[in-house]
Amino acid sequence: MVGLLDYFRSAAGAPKGSASVAKERLQILVAHDRAARGRPSYLPKLEQEILAVIRKYVEVDTDAVSVTYEQEESHEILELNIVLPESSARS
Amino acid sequence: MARIIVITSGKGGVGKTTTAAAMAMGLAQRGNRTAVIDFDVGLRNLDLIMGCERRVVYDFANVINGEANLNQALIRDKRCEHLYILPASQTRDKEALTQDGVGRVLEELNKSYDYVICDSPAGIEHGALMAMYYADDAIVVTNPEVSSVRDSDRMLGILASKSRRALESQEPIREYLLLTRYAPDRVARGEMLGVEDVQEILALNLLSVIPDSQSVLNASNAGNPVILDHESDAGQAYADMVARYLGEERPMRFLDAERKGLFSRLFRG
Ligand SMILES: Nc1ncnc2c1ncn2[C@@H]1O[C@H](COP(=O)(O)OP(=O)(O)OP(=O)(O)O)[C@@H](O)[C@H]1O
Ligand SMILES: [Mg+2]
Repeated sequence: MVGLLDYFRSAAGAPKGSASVAKERLQILVAHDRAARGRPSYLPKLEQEILAVIRKYVEVDTDAVSVTYEQEESHEILELNIVLPESSARS
Repeated sequence: MARIIVITSGKGGVGKTTTAAAMAMGLAQRGNRTAVIDFDVGLRNLDLIMGCERRVVYDFANVINGEANLNQALIRDKRCEHLYILPASQTRDKEALTQDGVGRVLEELNKSYDYVICDSPAGIEHGALMAMYYADDAIVVTNPEVSSVRDSDRMLGILASKSRRALESQEPIREYLLLTRYAPDRVARGEMLGVEDVQEILALNLLSVIPDSQSVLNASNAGNPVILDHESDAGQAYADMVARYLGEERPMRFLDAERKGLFSRLFRG
């Protein structure tokens, strides 16, 4: 009876199937990928050096630092994210 | 002067080798001197699809390393006198293909061929980079499915930044989209991305839409490029691909699901 339900649902013009979800996700993903392509080439090195500095003071994982770069219409955003371990306060 | 065409995708298993075989055979059957090269080091497959696996003596890496000359390694197709196949090496050394070595082989082919088809391996690493580096044209093979479309877009980024044409600031590679394994009935039910959806995202010149078809499997079982199966939907869609690549205008085919009666729609699945 699934077939019957589907038939009336699509006949009523309700969003059908998973393809529309796929398309929406792809549009976002691809826009994101394309923005990342224009990233300045110094980012990975910058990330490494910041990580090295942080590690002088706090024990963090090697993937604790992430730098993201985004190009908006009139400006660029450099976002720095550092994940500190649960008990990072030095005793 | 040979035109160098890379068949690429990023994602694996989408139909690159099937397409390379069809493209090469289609161009050669129209009288163009055509060579098709398998760049998939360690995973040689093109020879099987072309049905010449038992005639492989030397391979691409042998030629690059000077262990054989190009004419010894090229296999002449038994069905079409203008078509030659250069098989991949089965070595596990993924760096068997050097940029200089590939360049030298292409330079030599350039003298006596009209088209050189490069069948890229999957991925975006060394082998795939070697296959696309010298390309003039790229056929980006894509399945109507999220990861394939995404990888195709990434490959477009690579073509635009890492190819010789990009690095030497020449006219960019001409990029074409080939949508394969298309299932119109699933598209009609909203279960699969449609041609327009993929076009909207990738915005490329569409060469053809190849239906998902049993005839592709039959062709590879027999070692005959599917384009030789003139009766089949996939064979005809590939023939359209070649014609459109050469500038002919043809309406798109095989986009619509077979019309089914209300009865089968009500009670399917
Ligand atoms: N239009 C189609 N309809 C049905 N099956 C297909 C179609 N195109 C390709 N296939 C099947 O999909 C599988 C992968 O095809 P193929 O080897 O051409 O892909 P590929 O992109 O070269 O893979 P790889 O990335 O491993 O090199 C094969 O079994 C092939 O028969
Ligand atoms: Mg392949």
